[in-house]
Formats: sequence, structure tokens, C-alpha cells
Amino acid sequence: MADFQIPELREYPTIPKLEEGATAHLSPFIAKPDHQEALGFPGELVENWEQKAIEEMGDLLNKYRSFRVYMDACVKCGSCTDKCHYFQGTNDPKNMPVARQDLLRSVYRRYFTLPGKYFPKLVGARDLTREVLDEWYSYFHQCSQCRRCSVFCPYGIDTAEISMAAREIMDRIGHGQKYCNEILGKVHKVGNNLGLPAPALESTLESFEEEIFEDTGAKVKLPLDVKGADVLLITPSADFFAEPHIDGLMGYAKVFHAAGVSWTLSSYASEGANFSMFIGSYANLKRAAERIRDAAIELGVKRIIVGECGHAWRVAYSFWNTVAGIGSGGNDPYAKKLQDQLDHSYPIPQHICEFTWGYIQEGKLNLDPSENDWRTLTFHDSCNVARGSGMGGYPGGQFDIPRNVIKAVCNNFVDMDPDTIHEKTFCCGGGGGLLTDDLMEIRVKGALPRMEALKAVVDEHKVTNLAAICAICKSQFTKVLPYYNMPMDMIVSVHQLVSDAIILEPSPDDDDEDDEDSQDD
Amino acid sequence: MSALYALLFIAATIIFVGGLYIKIRQYYDTPAPLVIPTMPAPRTEKGVAFRLFREVVLFESLFKSNKWIWLFGWMFHVALALVLMRHLRYFTQPVWDWVVLIQPFGKYAGFAMVIGLLGLWARRILVERIRYITGPSDHLMLALLVAIGLSGLGMKFVAHTDIVALKAFFIGLRNFSLQPLPNDPLLLIHLFLVFALMVIFPFSKLLHAPGVFFSPTRNQTDSSREKRHLAPWAAELEK
Ligand code: SF4
Ligand code: SF4
Repeated sequence: MADFQIPELREYPTIPKLEEGATAHLSPFIAKPDHQEALGFPGELVENWEQKAIEEMGDLLNKYRSFRVYMDACVKCGSCTDKCHYFQGTNDPKNMPVARQDLLRSVYRRYFTLPGKYFPKLVGARDLTREVLDEWYSYFHQCSQCRRCSVFCPYGIDTAEISMAAREIMDRIGHGQKYCNEILGKVHKVGNNLGLPAPALESTLESFEEEIFEDTGAKVKLPLDVKGADVLLITPSADFFAEPHIDGLMGYAKVFHAAGVSWTLSSYASEGANFSMFIGSYANLKRAAERIRDAAIELGVKRIIVGECGHAWRVAYSFWNTVAGIGSGGNDPYAKKLQDQLDHSYPIPQHICEFTWGYIQEGKLNLDPSENDWRTLTFHDSCNVARGSGMGGYPGGQFDIPRNVIKAVCNNFVDMDPDTIHEKTFCCGGGGGLLTDDLMEIRVKGALPRMEALKAVVDEHKVTNLAAICAICKSQFTKVLPYYNMPMDMIVSVHQLVSDAIILEPSPDDDDEDDEDSQDD
Repeated sequence: MSALYALLFIAATIIFVGGLYIKIRQYYDTPAPLVIPTMPAPRTEKGVAFRLFREVVLFESLFKSNKWIWLFGWMFHVALALVLMRHLRYFTQPVWDWVVLIQPFGKYAGFAMVIGLLGLWARRILVERIRYITGPSDHLMLALLVAIGLSGLGMKFVAHTDIVALKAFFIGLRNFSLQPLPNDPLLLIHLFLVFALMVIFPFSKLLHAPGVFFSPTRNQTDSSREKRHLAPWAAELEK
């Protein structure tokens, strides 16, 4: 099945023996010149790249306090060493978070600190050479920026910040990663990761409407570009084409329908994902988020709701207000231009789970959880939701609310081992811009700790399904579950469960509907 | 000898204070453009202060992670803090009441400090993962700290030094008058190593001490939806 060894599930997770260089051979494809240039980066490795890389490192040190402090603060205590899923799955010591940081820190020390200048050997400082660059390229693409290490570091050193900085430096010297940069180029050009144009999107949505109608007899709409709708839904474009994502999208549509809330998608901003975060590029982060801002202004919506996607929710929750003024409390002209139009009695942006949970609590949704009785569920906390964002306006809401939604629509739910959920959750193995076939080996190996925790509840509690609220997690699990002898369709969307349990009134026939529509107008 | 040590002391102090000032200034001046607390994070400034307090005083994250590192690391730091506070008696006249109060604890904390350090050192040698990330400077740092601890304990419990004269020396320096320093080898070694540590401080991983207060993953509030957070260089992009 694979040309590499699939790790064995361990009964009791142990700390692996080091295997130096075990995954040194893994590197993703390099971005082509046009992928690079579309994002404002040089097309290929520039001539004086060593010097340029040091300059760019200096630039980032002055712009990011996180990077500046984290380069200095590590005491090599070792607390983070066994916390990374890629280390656990590969045994490669360079996948220990601190060792990964040291790939960059060694160069920082050489060029930016006195001891590194005069006693490089003593403090582990090294010149920036081609080998070092290759090592960066390899191991900074074996980090899913999941932030698990930062939970356990006494100074909160976040390897994600460091791998973002490393990728930004590499992009700026013309040595970017194909997967992220190509996709991001499509967002800038067409509006979504797929490069799906508006007419195709429209017909896709129509086909979903038909499918829901056949299933339920209800005329549930998936509106596109409706001016004056209350809600703009921003969702990862995987929701339009991949399984089980589509079932989640139909779930959101049913909830909107049942709640009687007017909503719309945008063909201009048809992407929740923002891979700029993975490559650490503030400029691109802003540019991609501004598409959403522009769409919101253009459509005149009052609320913005985000579909099931991990990093997209981190970007939305934590960064949108900063980079695009999408949020509340802004009082500069740029922010006000959008914020004056929004209804701040709702959280901006709001997660679809917050939205659904609100209506469930109000008893506005007619749910029959027994529809899901044939399933036993567990929930995978996606890293970017768990450690990068929040929900519900209180710490830990991001853990409770999706579970509350699941429990409202499913009678059988169990959690996995407490050391593998909530803030300690393990990455699916495919986050942070690694969800590409050229990195299959690291994806499969990095999934090990999650697969072990899952297998344990499958064996003990007969769990049949794993629910998630992240497009990347869903795609990753679909791919890697079979490597661990579990069925690929175990993974489900949370709103797919809602979709299966929600009871909709069949719509009256066409004529009546038209009447209703004209009344609404 | 007294003059040399007076000079060393002054030089070390200048480098220590000046170097730390520059570093802290640098951390302070560098903006944190994005909201990145490790979530779940406190919603208020007060909550953040409490989170930092737990981190600095109890080593909360370390405790979550690894009980051995926590035990040795915490033991070392708490003991060090006690020992440092106890040392205030050599620089103040009259000695503050609370310094007198902690004297009995401070006296024995030196042992805890050295034991903590040896525990951490043992992990560096015995645990493969930690051996892998340990460099020469990490061993040297431990050696330095252990040597400071042992020379100090030696003076307290084995070969007493003339503490009255020592105090006169430091108080004298404060009044710009040079008093004789006891010519005791243990004391001279102890002081020299401490000066070395002060000089190294702003150029080494000891920067974790100010660093932890500037770590955005620990010192930011979870308020990104409610407040717009904008760094000056990022605001420029909007013009
Ligand atoms: S952020 Fe996640 S993937 Fe990256 S080093 Fe830390 S634990 Fe590993
Ligand atoms: S936990 Fe933090 S300080 Fe300790 S080794 Fe890891 S990054 Fe360094």
C-alpha cells in the first residue's frame, strides 16, 4: 500500500528511540516561478540568497515579537521534545519541536548574537549554507503548526511561529512550497483554492439543493451572491466538492433554512481557507482576507458566519479583525467602513457551531437524535480551533460547543483519552500546508498518535465515527484511516450529523412557494 | 585584589544592567502584529496577569508536561530565589526584617538549588532526547551555576569567610570608598563566577527570564473579535 513503513499502533504510547535523519529525505515540491510571483515573491532562488535570507530574518525579527523572543528564550529544557506527533511517528530527532527551532536558531545565533559570532561551536551557531537551507525546507515542511508544543513550553515558545517565519524567509528568497503557493494564487485570482469559477459553483449548489429536496421534500436553498442577505457564509471550498465536507455544507443549509435566517455565499469570496497563515505571510493573509471584507461590503450583509474549517477559523477568529477589519470594536476609518454595517449583537465572525448551538438551545430546531443511533461518535479537536481560536465567548468554548452540538443530535458519544483532546489534542497529521500527496509519508506517520487514541475508543467503546470541524482534518483522515486499517468513511462532518437528525417540514408545492417568495420581497 | 574585584564588580554590573536593558527594550519595541495566545486564553488583562503568575511562580506549563523536569527546575528556581533574597543581607544596612526572617530557609536553600541543578544535569546526560538538544554551552551554564552554589555552600558550612569584612566591602563600594575584600580563595572564586554569570546573562538563554513576560502566546488576552489589534507597521499597509 505504501513504499514506506507504516508505524505500528502502540498499546501504551512510549517515547521513541531517536533515529537521526529518519525523514530527512522528505521535502515537498518547490513552487514554480509563476506560483511564487503571483504572491509577490521572487520566482526562483535568488543569486545572493544567503545574504538575502539573513536580511529577511532581520526584517522578521524586527516585525514579530514572538520570533524575536523565541529565538532567545529557549533553555533546552526538553519539555517539548516528546510532544510533536511527527516526532512520535518518525523518531527523527529533528522533529522534536526544540530541534526544529534550532535549525533556524543556529543561524540566528551566528548572525545576530555576539557569542554566535565569536564562539559558534560553543553555542551551536552555524553558517547559512545550502545544506542548512535544504534542512529548513525539509523540516519546516514537517511541522503542521499545530501549536501542541507551545502548550507545554514554560515560555510558550510556539514552533508554529518559527516555522512560519522560516517559510516566509524561504518564500522571500524564491524557495517556496508548491502546494501552498499555487493554491493561494488561485484564491487571489479566482476566489477559492480550487479555482472554481462562479458558474460552476452555482450549478454545484443547485445540485445540492436538488439532493436535499429529494431526501426531505424541503426546498432548502443554497443562495449565491444574494445582496441584502443577513448572513454571509464563508466556508472552505472543500465543502463544495469533497466528502464528507459536502454533507456538512448541506447541514448548514438545513440549519439556516430551519432557523429562517437569510444567508448567502459569495462567488467572489468563495473560500474560507487562507493558506497565507501557513507560509507566515502577513501581506498575503491580508490580501486573501480582504476579498471577504470586500464581498461583505458589496453584499451589504449584517453578519459573517464561518463554516467548518480549522485554520480558517483561527484566521477568522484571531486575525480577521486585525488584517481586514472584520470584527468588532474597530474605530479607525478602514475598520468602520465595514463594521458600521454589521450587527454587533452577534459575534463577528461567528462559527457555524456557535450559530447552530444557539438555535438548539432556543429549541428552534426540530431534532431527532435517534436518526444517528446506528453511530457511536467521538470528536477530534482540530488544532487550530483548539489552540488557535475560541468559541462562545469564554475560554474552552471551542471544546464544549462542537461537543454540545454533537450530543444534541447523537445519543452515543464518547471522548478519546484526555491527553489527546482539548488543548492537548493531536494534529490529524495533515495541517499547516502539508495536505499534499508529495508529503504522504509524513502525513501517515504524523497521524499515529491520533490513530492510537481513536483505535482505543473503537476497541473499548465501539466507536463507529470520528467527527471533526476542519476541512483539512476531514481530507487527511479520509486518506490516512485506511493505512491504519480503519474505514475511510469513519470521518464525518459535525453538521453532517446535524443534517441527518434535523427534521424539516416538506415545502408546499411550487405555486405556493412563489407566493411566499413575493411576500418576503 | 580588592581594587581588581571592585572593578570587575562594576564592569559586570554595567554589562548586566546595560545588556538587559537593551534586550528588554528590544522585546518591548518589537510589535506583536497578530493575536496569538495559546488558547484557551484568559479574556481579561487580570486573567493574563494570573496566567503569567502561574507560569512564573508555579511553572504551570512545565508541570503539565513533565513532572521530573518540573520538579528539578522548580526546586532550583525557588531555591535560587530564596538564596538571592538571603544575599540581600550583604548589601543592606540595616538588614530588612523580611530578609532576616527568611535567613534560616535561605541558608539551606543552597542545597536544594544544587540538587535541582544536578537533577537537571543528570537528565541532560541520561535522557537521549535531552542529550540530543544539549550543546556545550548548556553544560557550561550548569557547571557555572553548580560551582557558584558549591562555593557558596562551602563558605556557609565548611570554611567561613569574613562576612563582616565582605559586607563592609560592598557597602563601601556604594559610598565610593574601597574597603579591603577578605583574601579568601573560596570567596574570590564565588564572586568571580557570579560576575561571569552576570556578564553572560544578556547574551545567553538566561534571557528566558525577561522573555517569558514578553511571550505573546502567554501575555495576550483572548479578545480578537471584540477589539481591533493593529501593529504600527501593519497599520501602514492600510494607508
Ligand atoms: S507546532 Fe505541532 S507540528 Fe510543529 S513542532 Fe510543534 S508540535 Fe510539532
Ligand atoms: S519546552 Fe520551550 S524552552 Fe523547553 S526545550 Fe522546548 S522550546 Fe525550549
